[in-house]
Parts: sequence; structure tokens; C-alpha cells
Amino acid sequence: MDRKSQRNSARVSRRAVAVGLGAGAVVGGLAPFNILRAQSAALKIAVVLPRSGYLAPAGQSCHRGALIAPKVLADYGYKVDLVHIDCESNADIARTQTERAIDDGAQAIVGAFDSASTLAMAQVCEQRQVPLIVNVGAAPQLTEQGYKFLVRNFPTGGMLVNNGLRLIKDLLDATKLDAKTAVFLHANDTFGTAQRAAMDKLFPTAGLPFTLLDSIAYDPKAQDLSVEVTKVRSLNPDLLLVVTRAADAIKLVRDMVRQRFEPKGLVSPGSPGLYDEEFYQALGPLSDYAIYNIPWANPKAQMTHALEAAYTPANPTFRFAVECFNVGFTFEALLVAAAAFKAAGTANGPELMKAVRATNIADHVMIGPPIRFDEKGQNVGIPSAVVQNRNKTPTVTLPADVATAAPVLPMPGWQGRT
Amino acid sequence: MNLAIVANVVIQGVLTGLVYGLMALGLSVIFGVVRVVNFAHGEFAVVAMYAAYLLFVTLGLDPIVALLPIAAAFFLIGYVLQTVLINRFVGRAEHEQFILLVGLAIVIVNGLLMIFGPDARPTNLSYSFDSYAIGPLFVDKARVYAAVGALVVAAALFGFFRYTATGTAIRACADNLTGAAVVGLDIRRLYALTFGLGLACVGAAGALMVPIADASPLLSQAFTLLAFTIVIIGGLGSMAGALVGGVAIGVSEALASFFTAPSMKSMFSFALLVAVLVLRPHGLMGRRT
Repeated sequence: MDRKSQRNSARVSRRAVAVGLGAGAVVGGLAPFNILRAQSAALKIAVVLPRSGYLAPAGQSCHRGALIAPKVLADYGYKVDLVHIDCESNADIARTQTERAIDDGAQAIVGAFDSASTLAMAQVCEQRQVPLIVNVGAAPQLTEQGYKFLVRNFPTGGMLVNNGLRLIKDLLDATKLDAKTAVFLHANDTFGTAQRAAMDKLFPTAGLPFTLLDSIAYDPKAQDLSVEVTKVRSLNPDLLLVVTRAADAIKLVRDMVRQRFEPKGLVSPGSPGLYDEEFYQALGPLSDYAIYNIPWANPKAQMTHALEAAYTPANPTFRFAVECFNVGFTFEALLVAAAAFKAAGTANGPELMKAVRATNIADHVMIGPPIRFDEKGQNVGIPSAVVQNRNKTPTVTLPADVATAAPVLPMPGWQGRT
Repeated sequence: MNLAIVANVVIQGVLTGLVYGLMALGLSVIFGVVRVVNFAHGEFAVVAMYAAYLLFVTLGLDPIVALLPIAAAFFLIGYVLQTVLINRFVGRAEHEQFILLVGLAIVIVNGLLMIFGPDARPTNLSYSFDSYAIGPLFVDKARVYAAVGALVVAAALFGFFRYTATGTAIRACADNLTGAAVVGLDIRRLYALTFGLGLACVGAAGALMVPIADASPLLSQAFTLLAFTIVIIGGLGSMAGALVGGVAIGVSEALASFFTAPSMKSMFSFALLVAVLVLRPHGLMGRRT
């Protein structure tokens, strides 16, 4: 190499160094905000769900929502990397698996359908400063214990019952049903007892035209509900209000049919069970006319259509119409995390959580106003709809502006349906 | 209070209790002779439930009819299990027997979970939703059929032990093992027959449970605990005691559910267990040792 070329080489080298330093300074200056990294990297989310154990049917339904979420979110410009974890319907396992997921690099947690498991996970997320977005879980204490790293895009038990009772009044008005008495039958798990507490608090002031004769708790793992049904039958109520899970909802209707107990209505003021595929398959036409007042997917939302378009080919043996509750809420929890990551530009726990709490998503799946959280981390704007089983399919019957059929009460007798 | 409703509750308790009793009978027979406590008892009952479910789904065989091939298959399984595995543990420390059978139970439950998954499998029989109306009483057909089946199987077992030479030999083993050996009885073969009979009872009870409850791996622990509670209340080793204990548990749970909260019914079963252990430690129909 001659001296000229050596000089040129040195000059270029100095320029290269200067450019490199400049670029480094720009990147270094932006580094605290992690914008570059966030735009190129995906948020690693652990999705903790009860995919086995007694809550497995609902947990697997949520899981199917989680499986299709990355593709749909990618179409909306969000990148997520999901780790799927089974908490086996067991709060202790939920706690240890959450701990393990965070150790393995999870930057946000979504779960866990069951309030007891979610409460156990919340303690871990609080200690480790990792955001926990609750997909489904109604126990009020989730957002009443001052957790800083938890938000819930799901109604509390109180909200569910409040919305549910208000809609029962609308339902009675719409069907002109003369109901004078009711019995409240509920599972004695965390969710069921939270619903019972909400019912005890809200029913006296709900202004409903019927008397609540009794509230009866049962074990959702019981082999049958024959005695429970006999007990309800002895009170002969016009309406049976229930808080169930899928397996016990089947046992309940089976024993109602066996004992020829035919109330004017079987209504859930806000619980799963009556709309699970397992319920339709086990009971066939006997599953029809059961009513549940719960949040539901908005059939007019563009994102609902996108979710259904991804769900249907991925799950040919399941129906989106049946699963849209679990699928929709699980997807929305992931949407909240992904949108917060995009807004924050970092996966750093406290900063990501700040963005999660500032969520304002107008375009989403479930019926209702934009997703927002109050100071406790609760989305207080989630409404319910009256959904009735018709031809083994959940059908929105109220409010009238989103209904696709009119509600039917009193429900037809069991005889002739089998 | 409406007496017809209470009578209905008692009838449901008796009918369910008879099937519980048959399940516990197997445990009682095995312990009474082999002196090994089968901690995988509930798991075998659930395997029988799945067998009945599969026979119904694939061949359309009613579980009440499927009881016969299932009981026969379970007899063979029990015979082989005792011959190959459990005979080695007879006479060894109790904790070794305990670990062996608990390990077996865990293998069975996890095997079921892997094969069938966690979901309950309902068997929709033609009479699943039917009931007999007797005045103001409604008695489900499924429970009646299951209870009658349990009585027939229990009667057959009583007859076998009472009127056959092999049954008498097994009873001799239970009463005086040394004496039975001295007179030349083949103890190991009789143990294998007994374990086979015990599992046949469980197989029959599992098949009879199918019209009443949906098959699920998660039932197994509850069944094992239930069988233990029943045989302790009825008297460990007493065949009649197992049936009496089953009915006592069935009725007490049903009445407790009706008069208190259904979610508290197990509390009454265990209260009954504690009362029996304190007041009559050998059980309602057991012999003092």
C-alpha cells in the first residue's frame, strides 16, 4: 500500500469511526426508551390457563383463543411470543408455574380463567414486577387488594351480578313473565362464592319482582346434583338462578329432567357452564332455552370478524359462536399487553405496567366501550347481554339493538325435547 | 316439612349407597384375606367406568350388561397383579405396600389423563333422563338399575364365599392363615383369586357407576377415600359391613345435603367416620381383634 492510499484509508477509517460513534450515540440515546428494540422484538407473554383438571373445558377454550392470537395481533401490527402453561386447575401450580415462566424470561402474564389461581399468580407478579392481565376471573379481591401489577379486562362478580340482575328485569319485561319466586344455586368455588356475596349484596336493591327463597351452595366436583335438585324442587320456585361450571351444569339439568322439575326459567346472572360445547353435546335439545346474562362478542366489530376468520380454520371441530366468550376475553388480554408494549417501547416491568394502566383501545372484540382501566386496574365498562340457547347455539336476545332473536320464557317443558 | 321430599332424598341415598357399598366390598374382601390395603381402589373403579364408556360408545353395550365382561376382565387383571406383583409384598412392611399401591394409582390416573384427557365423559343411555313416578316420589331409573345390579353382584359374591369349596378355603385363609397352610391350601393361589374377586367387584361397581356419574380421572381419589370411609364405618374385612357402610354414607350425605348445605355433605361423612372410630373402632359390623 502506497502513502496516498494509506492516508485515504486512514481518512476513511476516521470517518467510519466518526459515523460509527455518531450512530452509536443515537442508538445509545434512544436505548433508555428501547424503541428500536421494541419495534423489532416481540413481547414474551406466558399464558397460564387451567387446561387440565376440573376447569379444563373452559381453560382449553381460552387456550384456543391464545393459539390464534399471535397471527391476528400481527395483522394489527403487534408482535407477541407466547408461552402456553397449564396450571391444572390448581392455584399452587399456577403460582409455581408463573414463577418459573418469569425466571424463563416472560415479560407479561395472561390468565388464568379461575380467580383462585389468578390470586396466587398476582402475588408472584407483584413481587417480580411483571404485569398480569386477567383474561377471565371475577372475584372482586383481584382488584381490591391494591395490586400494582394487575389489571382485569373482565367484570367483577358484583358487576356480573349487577348487570345480570338488571337484564333479568329487562328479560321479564320483554317476555311478560310473571315470576314471583326464585332460588339461587351456586358452586362453592371461589367464583361461585364471590357471585353469592354479590347476590346477597345486590339483590335486595335490584328492584326485581320476585322473592329469593333460598341460596344453596354445592360442590362442583360432586358426582351428581340429585339432592340439590330435590331441595330446590321442594321450594318450587318460578325461576332457578344458577352459577355453574360446564360439568356441573350438565349434572344439574340431567337431574332436573329426571325429577321432572320444570321452573319457568333457568337463568344464570353471569357464569359459564350453560354455553360450553360439552353442555350442548351431553344434553342435546335439553340444553335449549337456558339463559345466561354475560358479556359477549360484538358481532358487528371488525376485530371479532378477524378473530373468527382465524379461529374457524384452526379449530374445525369447535364453534366460534360457542367459544367467543373465552376466546374473545383471552384475545383481548393479549391485545392489552401487546398494545402496551408497543406504546411503552419497552418490556421493563414498571414501564410496561404504566402503559398497561393507560390502555385505551376502542377497536376490540367484546361488546362495550373502549378498554380502559380505573385506578384499581379494573375495566368498569364491560356490559352484559342476555344470551339464550336456541337450537344448541348461543343466541343474543337482549339488548334489542344487538339481539338476533327474541327471548323465550317460560321455557318449554322437558318432555318432547329428547 | 314435606315428608315425600325427605323420602325421595333417603331413597336416592340408599340407591347410590348400594353402588358405593359394592365398590367398598372389593376393598374389604382384599384386606380381609390378603391383608393388603388397595390404595389404587378408586383408580381401578374409574378404569372400569372408562371401559363401560368405551363399550357403550363402540358397541352400544349398556353398562349394566357390560358389567359382566368388565368384571371378568378385572378378575383376570387382579389375579395376574397379585401373582406377579403384590404377592412379593405380602408380609412386608406396611409402608412398602402403601408406596407400591399409591405408585400404581398415580400411574393409572396419569395414564387415563393421557389417553382420555381431563374432560368428563357422559354416557347418554336411553334411560339417562327417565324416572319412575311413585305417587309424589321420583326415582331415577339409572339409580334403580345400578342399585339392583349392585345387590345382584353382592349376593353372588356372598354365595360364592358361603357355598363353594374355593370360597370356604378363602374364608379359612382369612380366619386362620397358619391353619390353612397346615392343611395344605395353596395360599398364594387363593390370594390371587381373592385379589381377582376384589377387583371384579370394583369393575362391576365402576360399570354400575356409569349411569349415575360421568367418567373422569378426577373421580379416582374421591372413590378411594370413599371406599376407605365405608369399610372403616362398616368394619374392615366385613362383607356385609361394606354394604351397610355404603348405605350409611349414601343416606347421611343425602340427608346432610338436604337439611344443611349440599357443599357440606362430606363433612357429615367424615363426622360419621370419626364417631364410629371413637365409639366402635372395629366398625358397625366388624369383629373385635
